[in-house]
Amino acid sequence: MAKTLNQLIEDIQRVLGAERINSLKTRLDEVTLEVPAAKFIEAATLLRDDPALRFEACVDLCGVDYSAYRDGLWEGLRFASVAHLLSYTHNIRLRLRVFCTDDDFPVLPSLIDIWPGVNWFERESFDLYGIIYQGHPDLRRLLTDYGFVGHPFRKDFPVSGYVEMRYDPEQARVIYQPVTIDPRENTPRIIREENYGGV
Amino acid sequence: MASEIRNYTLNFGPQHPAAHGVLRLVLELDGEVVERADPHIGLLHRATEKLAETKTYIQSLPYMDRLDYVSMMSNEHAYCMAIERLLGLDVPLRAQYIRVMFDEITRILNHLMWIGSHGLDCGAMTIFLYAFREREDLMDCYEAVSGARMHAAYYRPGGVYRDLPEEMPKYQASKVRNAAAIKRLNENREGSLLDFIDDFTKRFPGYVDEYETLLTDNRIWKQRTVGIGVVTPERAKALGFTGAMLRGSGIEWDIRKKQPYEVYDKLDFDIPVGKNGDCYDRYLVRVEEMRQSNHIIKQCVQWLRANPGPVITENHKVAAPSRVGMKTNMEELIHHFKLFTEGMHVPEGEAYAAVEHPKGEFGIYMISDGANKPYRLKIRAPGYVHLSALDEMSRGHMLSDVVAIIGTQDIVFGEVDR
Repeated sequence: MAKTLNQLIEDIQRVLGAERINSLKTRLDEVTLEVPAAKFIEAATLLRDDPALRFEACVDLCGVDYSAYRDGLWEGLRFASVAHLLSYTHNIRLRLRVFCTDDDFPVLPSLIDIWPGVNWFERESFDLYGIIYQGHPDLRRLLTDYGFVGHPFRKDFPVSGYVEMRYDPEQARVIYQPVTIDPRENTPRIIREENYGGV
Repeated sequence: MASEIRNYTLNFGPQHPAAHGVLRLVLELDGEVVERADPHIGLLHRATEKLAETKTYIQSLPYMDRLDYVSMMSNEHAYCMAIERLLGLDVPLRAQYIRVMFDEITRILNHLMWIGSHGLDCGAMTIFLYAFREREDLMDCYEAVSGARMHAAYYRPGGVYRDLPEEMPKYQASKVRNAAAIKRLNENREGSLLDFIDDFTKRFPGYVDEYETLLTDNRIWKQRTVGIGVVTPERAKALGFTGAMLRGSGIEWDIRKKQPYEVYDKLDFDIPVGKNGDCYDRYLVRVEEMRQSNHIIKQCVQWLRANPGPVITENHKVAAPSRVGMKTNMEELIHHFKLFTEGMHVPEGEAYAAVEHPKGEFGIYMISDGANKPYRLKIRAPGYVHLSALDEMSRGHMLSDVVAIIGTQDIVFGEVDR
C-alpha cells in the first residue's frame, strides 16, 4: 500500500473536518467512514477531488437493512447505503457508510454525478431495499420481475416471497398466485453469547 | 417527396445467441445506428445474497460457483477470503499455492470461453472449436481435484478441501474408441495431476500461438474490433471498470500486483496493458493474460512438487477434522457434529475481500453479527458494472457492433443477475 491507514485517517480528518464525520474507524485493516446524510454529497466530492485522497472510483455500493441485526438488538437507523471507494493514485480503499434518516421513507442523495459507475448499484439498492436516491436520472427496478411489488431484500420480506408463477392450462397463460410453500429453516440462526462454554 | 424517417425500437434477446445468456436489450435505432441501449437484466436473478443470509457459511459456498459459471473457483476464492479475514484465519502456504494455481487455471478457462464466443459472435467460427479443445483438459483438472467439472466447491474457508490427487481421471474404453486410441488419449494422464498440468503448460503457449494466427492479424477480425467501443482511461476509472476492461484502456491496475493476496507477491508475472481502449486492445490484453497465467501455473507446479504439507487449517471450529480423527476421537467427533449441524460462528464485523477475477474485480462484502450465518452478503460482480456502461459504449455504433461490445465485456449472466 502506498499510503498507510493511519495517514489515510489523518488526511480524511483534515480534509473533511469534524462536522462531516460521524465516525471513522479502522478494523481488520479496512477503514470505515460514516458521514451524515445531509453532508453526503459534500463529503463524497471532497473524497474524490482532494489530492491527498483522490478516490477516483466507487467499486461497489449496496443497501443494508440493519433491523434484524443481532436478532433485533439494533437501536440505530434501519437503512444504510455502503459504498466501497478505491483510489488508484494512492492504492487504498475506503468504506463509506451513510444511514437514511427516515426509516419509513429512506431517501439519500445520489452519487451519480460524482461517480457515474454507481448508476446500476443505486438502481439495485432501490429495487431490493427501497432506498430512494434523489437525483438519479433513471431510478427503475433492475433485478426483480416486471411489475414486482415490494423490496425483497428487506429483512421483513420472506425468502419464499408472496407470489408464485405457474402456467395455467385452463386459462392457457402464465398466472401469479399466492405462494403455496411454507418457509422452512433447516439450520436455525444462532448467535452465541460471548465466552460461551468458557472458551 | 421526402419519406418519413422514423426511429426503430428493437428488442434484442432475452433468447439470442449473441446475448451471452439472458440479456434483454431494448435498442433505439436510427437506421442501423444505435441511439440508446437499455439492458434489462435480472432474468437469471436467484437472490443469492438473500439465500446466503438464510444458510450457514459453508452451505452458501457452492452458490458461489453458480455466480460466474465459467470461472467458478475465483468466485469461491473471494468468498473464502472474506470469511478468513473476519475470522483472522491463516491459510497454509500449500493451500495458498493451490488456490493461486487454480485461480490461474480458471483464468485460462474463462478467457478460452470468452475468446471462443467473442470470435463466434464476430464471425470467426474456428476459434471456438480450438478454444473448447483446451477447456476440456482444464475441466479435467477441476474434475481431478473436486470430482466436478464445473461447480467445484473446492476452496473452503481455511484452505482447500483436499490435497492434489496422485492420479488423473482416465478415459475408459468404449464402443467408439479402441484400446490403441484410449492409450493415446491417456498418454499424459499416467502421472499425477501436477504432471498433467505441467504437460499442459508446456503445450499451451503453442495453442495460444494458434489462436493468434487465427485472429490477431485477421483482416475481418480487425475490422470488427479496431476502434469499436472505445473507452478513455478517465472514463474507465469513473465508471468503475476493472480487469481487462480497465487495462485495455491503458491503466496498469491489477489487484494481484497492487494489493497482492495469497502468494502472488512471490510469483513472477507481468501485467499487459492496452493503448487505445477498443475491443481489439482488450482482445490483445486477454490473450497476453493467458500466456502470463500459464507462466504462473508453471511456477506453482514447481513449488507444489517440492513442498508437501497441510492444505487446510487445523482449526476445527472452521474446517472439519479428518474422517479417521472423527471416528476415533471424541473431541473431533464433537467438532464434526457442531460444524455440520450449526456451522461456524464468525465474529461480529464487516469485511470486503476482492480478488482479480478473470473478468475484473470480484468482491465479497460481508457483514457478520456473530451468528452462524452472514447478516448481509454483497457480491460485487465485475460484469455488472461493465454491462451498465453498455449504453455509453455502444452509442453511435452500428447494430452489429453492439454484439462485438457485449463480447468484449465478457458478460456472464450468473454474476450479473446473481
